[in-house]
Amino acid sequence: MIADLANPERFERFVKPFWLTASALAVILLALGFYFGLFHSPADYQQGDTVRIMYVHVPAAMMSMACYTAMAVASIVGFVWKHPLADVAAKASAPIGAVFTALALVTGSLWGKPMWGAWWVWDARLTSELILFFIYIGYIAIWEAVDDKIRAARLAAIVAIVGFVNIPIIKFSVDWWNSLHQGESIFRRGGPTIDGSMLLPLFLMIGAYMMVYAALLVPAMKNELSARRIARLERMGGVSGVRPE
Amino acid sequence: MNAALESRPDRQSRLAYRASLSLRAVSVSRAGRRVLAGVTFDLSPGEAIILKGANGSGKTTLLRAIAGFLPAENGAIEVQSGESTRSSASDRRACIAYCGHADAVKAPMTVRENLSFWARLYGAPERRIAEALASFALQALADTHAGALSAGQRRRLGLARLVIAAKPIWLLDEPTSSMDAASSARLVALIENHRREGGAVLIATHDRIEIEGARNFVLEALETA
Amino acid sequence: MKTFLAIILRDVTLGFRAGGGATQAAMFFALVSLVFALAIGPEPARLSALAAPILWAGALLSALVSLDRIFQSDYEDGTLDVLVETADLLELRVLAKAAAHWLSSLLPLIVAVPLFALLLNLPVEGYWPLLASLLVGTPALSLIGALAAALTLALRRASILVSILAAPLYAPALIFGVGAAEAGAAGAPSFVPTLLLVAASSLFALVFAPLAGAAAIRFNMS
Repeated sequence: MIADLANPERFERFVKPFWLTASALAVILLALGFYFGLFHSPADYQQGDTVRIMYVHVPAAMMSMACYTAMAVASIVGFVWKHPLADVAAKASAPIGAVFTALALVTGSLWGKPMWGAWWVWDARLTSELILFFIYIGYIAIWEAVDDKIRAARLAAIVAIVGFVNIPIIKFSVDWWNSLHQGESIFRRGGPTIDGSMLLPLFLMIGAYMMVYAALLVPAMKNELSARRIARLERMGGVSGVRPE
Repeated sequence: MNAALESRPDRQSRLAYRASLSLRAVSVSRAGRRVLAGVTFDLSPGEAIILKGANGSGKTTLLRAIAGFLPAENGAIEVQSGESTRSSASDRRACIAYCGHADAVKAPMTVRENLSFWARLYGAPERRIAEALASFALQALADTHAGALSAGQRRRLGLARLVIAAKPIWLLDEPTSSMDAASSARLVALIENHRREGGAVLIATHDRIEIEGARNFVLEALETA
Repeated sequence: MKTFLAIILRDVTLGFRAGGGATQAAMFFALVSLVFALAIGPEPARLSALAAPILWAGALLSALVSLDRIFQSDYEDGTLDVLVETADLLELRVLAKAAAHWLSSLLPLIVAVPLFALLLNLPVEGYWPLLASLLVGTPALSLIGALAAALTLALRRASILVSILAAPLYAPALIFGVGAAEAGAAGAPSFVPTLLLVAASSLFALVFAPLAGAAAIRFNMS
């Protein structure tokens, strides 16, 4: 049954209700999140209106890790059970995750300018995020570089899994590095606690980002499934057998 | 040449065990495309099979699948040695020596250094290095850097690995390419000797190669229904 | 064990013969030091403060440029077939290749470090901590590098991809390595714990790199 879903049409039929729901929820939650975030939440007593960057930044940073986790889990499934759908899910997650990571970096940098007085500060979280971005790039690059999609899936899965086990260590080392080189950063971002009125738009935006991920993942997977079938049809060469002469 | 080889007392003891190979309805895919289907044949001790077929018909793929580099999608590839049947790739390798297109020769090392490195890998005794040199008339070149060898000489050095490995089943991919007639004859003599000791040989080739009593197989496109 | 040593011995021999590239890695290291010195300027205080980071970065870059040698030529000339065919444990073969890379590309460079440290005006008390951190930390560079090389061995122009794959994983070894060298030079009590973190980075790479590298080779051979 699950094996059948590797067929692009059947896959589309099966996930269509899911995709429609996710897309609708993404639009609704984004609209609500923006509304509450921009108009119905207080400005921070220290940061002023710039605190509203949080509503796009924090969910992006969370999704950058969530996408990577999804990618790593799909990679493990694809690696162990060799199911094409898992390979395709892992591959389709990568660019979405990379974009979330880039969004987190850019919004973090925009937030840093008024807060720290510089576009880029080697803050521990931003630095980890930057390294994560490079891991995404490596993962995408290996898919691009290897022609044989089955082999590419296995190699990319190795990259994803190795990256996954290394990310906590990289994060630890960057935190350690940052605490050693305390720069001129003054503010703790977001202040000590977050007010309830800020939590609502934040949660709305987190939910919205998750739905955006789901809504983008489905067509990306479908495209990849179709591309694979086309590639398979194009490569249809002869099948050989042995006979005595 | 043949007689000279046989007169060496240690040659009789070289092959420690015999093995036969059997393929049952084997199919192999590469890059998501099925290349081989329904391949079935047996190769018993003392036998030789010459495998022909057009470019791209899957000769190399078949040899690499038997050697265990490529997984067989369906069917079974088994090596029978004594009482034991080995079907996993890593178990099969204990009985198989594979010589592909590439010679595995390192140009900056001398002929002897190349051979002695292989002897370490295969866990072969030192004396096999001398045997290997003799089998392919490489004695005079023993201390030459492999980079200075001609293509045919390099091919001979690559095949000398068969003597070092001393495995019962040989898989040879285009063994006579860029070889002169004398070298080809030497290879044929070596194959004959190997078969007399109970070894088996599977050769994929375009070249004419005269091996007594060898069976000829062709790899060709199947009728698609 | 005998084959393990034979592979290391052969690779190191090849590395030091003409065109082997072991000397190239050391030359590259010298070049990186020179480039940094020229970029930073001749002021002794600035150079001496930056000497340890420069030399660590130089070692990392030298490792990166020498990675595609680990498996590429063996793959192209068919040696990798023989290495896989005769392997009881492919993971140990990967380990041997990584060890050979370290011996032929990174160890010579560590031997040359005191000379470059002298040119960069590293304070005397910084020599031993720097050498210790390099000795303990650079094996991680070779191990992770061997994994990246195994992933890309069937690709032709892979050298940039190898770097993209390996460099993010180099972060902990680099951060702790420089940290240990600096702590040691300052006589700080954090020197030994930090050096242990460097060792931990190498040990962790020792676990996952051969495993993942062997899997990558199997897929690349098929």
